Amino acid sequence: MELNNSKAKRITWFQKNQVKISPWIFLAPGLIFFSIYVIAPIFVSIGISFYQWDGLSPSIYVGLQNYIELLDDEYFYISLWNNLKWLIFFMLAVPIGLGLAIFLNQIVFGIRLIKSLFFFPFVISQVVIGLIFTWFYQPNYGVIAPFLNFIGLEGFSILANENTATYGIIFAGLYPQIAYCLILYLTGLNNINPEQIEAGRMDGAKGFHLFWNIVLPQLRHATFLAIVVTVIGALRSFDMVAIMTQGGPYGYSNVLAYYMFEQALSEYGYRMGYGSAIATVLFTIMMFYILFFIYRMYRNEREDNN
Amino acid sequence: MFPTPIHQRPIVNQYIYKIFLPISLIIWLIPIFGILMTSIRGLGDITAGNMWGTPSEFLLFSNLYDVFTNTPMIKYTLNSFKVTIPTMLGAVALSCMTGFALANYKFKTNLIIFFIFIAGNFVPFQILMIPVRDLTFKIGLYNTITGLVLFHVAFQTGFCTLFMRNFIKALPQELIEAARMDGASEFRIFWKIILPLTRPAIAALCVLIFTFIWNDYFWATVLIQGDHAMPITAGLKSLNGQWITAYHLLSTGSIVAAIPPVIMFFLMQKHFIAGLTLGATKG
Repeated sequence: MELNNSKAKRITWFQKNQVKISPWIFLAPGLIFFSIYVIAPIFVSIGISFYQWDGLSPSIYVGLQNYIELLDDEYFYISLWNNLKWLIFFMLAVPIGLGLAIFLNQIVFGIRLIKSLFFFPFVISQVVIGLIFTWFYQPNYGVIAPFLNFIGLEGFSILANENTATYGIIFAGLYPQIAYCLILYLTGLNNINPEQIEAGRMDGAKGFHLFWNIVLPQLRHATFLAIVVTVIGALRSFDMVAIMTQGGPYGYSNVLAYYMFEQALSEYGYRMGYGSAIATVLFTIMMFYILFFIYRMYRNEREDNN
Repeated sequence: MFPTPIHQRPIVNQYIYKIFLPISLIIWLIPIFGILMTSIRGLGDITAGNMWGTPSEFLLFSNLYDVFTNTPMIKYTLNSFKVTIPTMLGAVALSCMTGFALANYKFKTNLIIFFIFIAGNFVPFQILMIPVRDLTFKIGLYNTITGLVLFHVAFQTGFCTLFMRNFIKALPQELIEAARMDGASEFRIFWKIILPLTRPAIAALCVLIFTFIWNDYFWATVLIQGDHAMPITAGLKSLNGQWITAYHLLSTGSIVAAIPPVIMFFLMQKHFIAGLTLGATKG
């Protein structure tokens, strides 16, 4: 009897507090995992950036030394400048994706298959895309070689020239990114309120006017997502650089993401502290966009609740 | 509908559209045609610079044979599956729970935890690289598939939680309230009511995670060294160094690497798109 009683009590206690305890039970595995592998490393990295460390021997505290060195590092500025180029030119994916989406938003025979084929560069690994474009750009065997010969640039290597290498990589990067934006915009166009469009047409709105004043505002959500993923893609650009030029020639196509890797973990050396300092800079830049994204989500949450 | 449906336009415009559509598609897919054609060719065509003409020999099968027998390509492909599938299952399982917790319970830190997951998901990989590599070393999993999977699961949980939480939040709350009234335990609500309803979200996440992880290159280079555990993206890169100008083999290898996500995409296209747009599709 007494045993039953205590058992009953325990159940009651759990039942009583079930709604309070349950979220933590459900959260625990994911949250612990995420904290260990994602949240904690951010702080550890920032910490390492104040040390001089090769990954093996004991680390030496150097204060701001790594950051001071960064300020004098020509290659750091080249990488930062290239990141800016990425940010600007990668953005082309957004209007081009939108244009393509409008072009493809029709109902004709085979359009479903055609749309899927337009999406599909996005599904392929950037390694593969990078390899394809590297080969395209080859001065002698490449696909654009006949074209280069035609305009009198025989043997010109886009990826070996310090002025063109970054643009060559960005162009290759745009290929899947346009497909990504296209997907977002096609979905957006699909969700547009047809009544508003018809009402606009009744009022005599046509063509660009209709697009700019009635369609584009309704594509806000798609535009927001497209810009966010494109900015993040631009700042994360690593794969393409690693495959196509490895930052060359002489670091002229480097970006922070790859430069960090090169400093911390390649044949150029194991400078973990210096690498972490570069990563911290990149993280700080990214944080602006992340906070902006979160702020928007927060606003939406509040609207939902009110 | 925007733009105006083409069949409401003058007949000339309709023809122009129908001619332009396939032309634009062909231009768009030139890079893909490029590797497809090259995978058929032999070394002769490559050195002769015959890139776009008719292949002088049909060597697709011989190229495939070369790629599979002379290189660890089979091993790489298997490794990719061994990394991708457990990651997919792990991240989806964890995020079903976190998503449920964040969508259904009101507690003080709810939004903060949710935003931490989102923020972590967007962080540049480089800020994680050194500590994660170090940690993987310390627990003895450097250079193993398990080590790579553990990181991927943890990282993907961020995105999956964002997605799952929003999906579950949009489900009718009455269902849960009614079950609670009937005295169902929280676990039972999760298992019997929520999980069956999240099936479309789970499908969307599975396709997305599959493609993300299959195509991952960065972590494969940071956490893996050596052929025994190397996934296909990193494998392809290392073969690229050996093949140099053997573009026919490179193309064949690229196609092998691209096939699984492409199949996945075509089979589950609707889910894939729903996932990418964070569930903003109408179907």
